[in-house]
Formats: sequence, structure tokens, C-alpha cells
Amino acid sequence: MNDEQARHDEQARSRARQPQGVAAEPLLRLAGVQKSFGAVHALRGVDLTVPSAAVTALVGDNGAGKSVTVKVVAGTHLPDEGQMFWEGRPVHPRTPREAAALGIEVVYQDLALCDNLDVVQNMFLGREAVKRGFLDEDAMECSAMRTLAELQVTTIQSVRLPVASLSGGQRQSVAVAKAVMWNSKLVILDEPTAALGVAQTRQVLELVRRLAERGLGVVIISHNLTDVFAVADRIAVMRLGRVVSEGPASGTDVQTVVELMTTGNARAA
Amino acid sequence: MTPDTAASDAPGTAAAIAATPRRVAGAGGTNVLPVLIGVAVIAIIFQSLNDRFLSTGNLVNLFVQASVFMLIGMGEVFVLLLGEIDLSLGYVAGIGGVIVTELVQVRTGWPWWSAILMALLVTGAIGFLQGSLITRLRLPSFVVTLAGLLGWQGVMIILLGTGGTIPIPNATINAIANGSIAPLGGWVLAAAVVIVYAAVTLGSDAQRRAAGIAAPSPATTALKVLSVAAAALAIALLTNADRGVGPYSLRGMPYVLPLVFAVLLVWSVVLTRTRFGRYVYAIGGNAEAARRAGIALGWVRTLAFTCAGMTAGLGGIVYASRLRSMSTSFDGGTIVLYVVATAVIGGTSLFGGRGHPLHAVLGGVVIAAIVNGMALLGLSAAIQLIATAVVLLASIFVDVVIRRRGAAG
Repeated sequence: MNDEQARHDEQARSRARQPQGVAAEPLLRLAGVQKSFGAVHALRGVDLTVPSAAVTALVGDNGAGKSVTVKVVAGTHLPDEGQMFWEGRPVHPRTPREAAALGIEVVYQDLALCDNLDVVQNMFLGREAVKRGFLDEDAMECSAMRTLAELQVTTIQSVRLPVASLSGGQRQSVAVAKAVMWNSKLVILDEPTAALGVAQTRQVLELVRRLAERGLGVVIISHNLTDVFAVADRIAVMRLGRVVSEGPASGTDVQTVVELMTTGNARAA
Repeated sequence: MTPDTAASDAPGTAAAIAATPRRVAGAGGTNVLPVLIGVAVIAIIFQSLNDRFLSTGNLVNLFVQASVFMLIGMGEVFVLLLGEIDLSLGYVAGIGGVIVTELVQVRTGWPWWSAILMALLVTGAIGFLQGSLITRLRLPSFVVTLAGLLGWQGVMIILLGTGGTIPIPNATINAIANGSIAPLGGWVLAAAVVIVYAAVTLGSDAQRRAAGIAAPSPATTALKVLSVAAAALAIALLTNADRGVGPYSLRGMPYVLPLVFAVLLVWSVVLTRTRFGRYVYAIGGNAEAARRAGIALGWVRTLAFTCAGMTAGLGGIVYASRLRSMSTSFDGGTIVLYVVATAVIGGTSLFGGRGHPLHAVLGGVVIAAIVNGMALLGLSAAIQLIATAVVLLASIFVDVVIRRRGAAG
């Protein structure tokens, strides 16, 4: 079953690669996704497109449905209705594991790091390299250092420092590096700059840009529109469980986005 | 803690950690230096009050006294690392001791090794049962193991029957805590430990250099190997010196010493070099992060409780061996409290995620030194209890301060 799935994935991948350049399928597309929790109709038909090699910002007021959308993509919630297309192929990840197998990783706001473990141990948590029954620390350390170097995360002095001793920006960088080191294709960042100061926010936003430059699809959820406009290629605005506007960041401005978030309509530009 | 002190503390801590990254990882995130200094201070105080304290006979005796606490304490470390507690380990140890005692009786006639295996099997199963209740039914470990503390005492009394005290007729079992290896054997063992340690350390350093990652400097490695060699030499000299009384000569390493070190070695490797051990630390550090990483929390927790029960069972066997008998006066309630104190004094955190079996061994030395030293001075049990309480408070104080500093940094 798993092998079959993997082969299927591989075929899908090669299919997706072939038509590149022309009208290639986007990395991820949601069509009419609905989700209710009891009486609460959280998602009322979400249509969203996430391309590769670009940063898509998902913005909206509290309760607009950003987090639920992310959790549907990440396999935490099953949608009640609607379709999810991964590289053009319909998929239904039922668990975070299945989503991760597709190449979808989420960095949640709380980062999910173990303070008592060091950088390497955190980056490999749950997927440790093992040699002859024992942890292969050297291989993991090399691989972690390589990933951090590729992402140009240079502020961490030693990958053997416990995460507790790192700054907020460094912790965010470790969480992001952990997400991208598993051949992931889509990284979703939930409020990555919410708890950070000015300099650290800039560090993290630069890291987000580098992810897109490496060809990954990046979705960033943020309340901070300054950050969004600094980093995003595309902006999708959510309101009351729907995406009310979706398009290139260059075609809009802060005021329009705020109006879309609050009223669902924009004045004619 | 004010932001000012946090800021001034953090760089110092970070620098100290950066200087010894391998040791920090190896010892579960804490430095064992404070407890070593504590041991030295205690030794100096007692030696100045009574010059018999540092005599060979007393030191060997002290270690044998401590070994029961060390072994059960190494079991407790597994559970403390998860951020849980096991109050039943004292009586689980009692069950282990009783099973061996009963099975080697003349009428049952089991060979010593199968009796020990059976005891470990049963105590492991008890840990598994309690761990399952805690993880599957989501019951608090404090209550489940408190029930264990009461229940297993009852079972132990039933197993012992109305006799009260049952002597152990098996020489091998009695020799665990009372017998000694011939001096030559002790020397060979000590030398072997040093050679293996040096080979492993140098090998790992060479491997890291070959892989192009930072390895400890040759000076650091030399220092480590030399200190292990010095410790092994000291232990071999100490245990092989004549500690007999009057005309009776007594020399050699007690069997329980290599036993404790073997358990320490095995559990250290399991906790720091295997996936299971890594997950024990991860769950204690951030259970939610471990769950999201796909770790089967229930199984890891249950297995940790199983290891704890089994290690406690071994401690109980050593206890029975030392007394050459098992009796209903076995006080597992007091023992388990000492055992938790042992681990915490050594540097294992009560809040989970930080700890190492070595802490139980060092904490065991501290507790045994206090009890032993005060007994030498002829101080009452009341004073001993108060002194132990003060040391325990001091160590939990250190634990909480380290935790706060970690959160602030």
C-alpha cells in the first residue's frame, strides 16, 4: 500500500515536471473546501492557489479561517466538502504524517521544539538517523549543519547548543530548517514573526525569501501587513471562511487589503 | 527574575555550555560539578570530625550502602525524565527481593540466575502494568504509583507469609552485596574499563574529525581519559587495600560495584544513544512537540516505566543480598522518597527532560555519605533525617533556579 502510494507520488511528480514552463499545475490548489465544527461553519468554500517558488501570504481577521485552512492542508482536519489538488492530483491527507509524505510541512506558532534538546536533536526529532541500532549523531550533525548553511542561518554558534539557549529568531530558524530538510515542497509558517523584535523579524523574513528562491512553495500566515508586503509574492485575503481576493502582492496595497479583510470588498482602484 | 539578571546570566551560561557541548549532551543537560563539589565538602566535614570516615573499610561500606539507592534511583530517573514520578519503586524493589528470596529457598530450589531473571521479569511487568494504566487510561502517575506503594507492600507481605523474616540460603545471591572479586580481578576490570573508554573516546573523536565536524581538542580528550584512569586507579587501590578488622584480612572489589557501573553504562547508552532514549528526553522537554514529530508517546512512556520497575527490582535483589534475608519490615515507602531525593540531588529535574542515570549514582553517594558520616559521629536518626532534608531542599533549589534560567535565556 505504502509502496504503491510512493510510486504513485513519483509518477505524479514526473507528470508535474513535464509541462513546466507552459500552464503547469500549481503546487497546491484548494477548490470549494468546506469545514464545519458543529454549528460553526469555519470554511465556506475556500478556493486557493499556492505556486512553487513563491511566497503566498494568507491574511485575514481573527476567525476568518486561516488556521483551519492550514490544518486541512496539513492533514489535521478532514474537509467536509471540496477538493485539494497536489501538483494537479487530487489528494486527501488524513494525518500530518500523510501530508508530510506528500512534502507538506507546517511550522506552528509555538514552533514545537524541545527546549532541553539541542539543535540537531530537534531537527531530527522523530526521524533520527540510526546506524547499527544506535543514533548516528555525526551524520545527523553534518546534515543539520549543511541545511542551516544552505539556508544561510549563520547566527547559531553551535548546533549542539540546547534550543533553550537560542533567541526567538534563532528558534524560528531552527523550526524552519527542521521543516525544509525533509525534501518538503510546501512550507506553511503560522505567524512566524509574531513574537520577534525588529532585527530578528528581518532575519526570519530573509529566510522565508530564501525558501522561495530554493523553489519551495511557502505559505505565510501573518497579522502584520508590513511583514506581508515585505516578503510575499502573492496575497490571499480570507474573510468569514472564504478567500475574497487572491493575486500578486504588487497589484494591491495595505489599505486595500485591510478593507478586504474587514468588509470583503475593495474600492475600485 | 528581572530582565537585567536574566540578560547578565544568559551569556555566561551560553558560553559555559558552548565550551563543553559534548558533555552537556552526554549528561542530559546538566553539569555534575555541583554535586561533585558537594561530595567533597561532605567528605572534608566528616573526615575532620571523625578520621574513620575516609578509611578504606568505611568508603567501601558506604558504596555498598548506597548501591540500593543508586540502582532504584537509576530506575526513577527514567520516570523523572518524562516529567512523571513513580512512588511505587520502593515496594517494587521489595517484590524483586522477595521473589529471589522465595525462589532460592530449599523447597523451591530455583538456581540463583533464574530466580534473578524471574524477579526482573515480574518487576518489569509491574512497571509495564502501571505504565499502561498511566498512558492508556490517562491516570496521573502520582496516584497510580501511590496505589502501587500501598498495594505492592500488601503483595510483598502476602508473599513473605507469616514468618516475618526469610533468610536467603543461596551463597551466590548473598555474595552480590557481601562478596568481593579477588584483587587481581579488580585490577583487570579497572584496566579494561580505562582501555575501552579511551578507545571509544578516541575513536569517536577521530570519526568526528573525519566527518569534518567539531571534535573536542586533544587536550580535553586527554583530560577526560586521564580522569577516568585516575578514578579507576583510585577505586582499584581502595577496594584492593586490606580493610579487614583485627586478624581477618578482607580485600577486593565488592561485586555490587561493577554491577552498579554496568547498569549505569547500559542505561546511559540506552538514554543517550538510542531512539527510545531520545524520545524519553523529548517527551519530558515538550510532549506536544514529540507527539507532532510522530513519536508514539504511550509506548515510550510505558517502556520507561517498565525499565524503571526492572531496575528497581535489581535494587531490591541487592537489598535482600546485603541483609541475606527479606522481611516484612522492609520500608519501601521511605526508600522511594530517598530514591527520588537521590536522583534530584544528583541533578535530575523533577520537571522532566533533564537528568541522567549518573545523577542517581552521585546522589546515592551524597545520601549514603550523610547517613554513614552521621552514624559514625553517633548522631541520632532524627538529625540524619533533618540533614538529608536540608540537602534535598538545596538540590531542588538548584533545579528550580536552572529551570528558570533556561526559560529566561
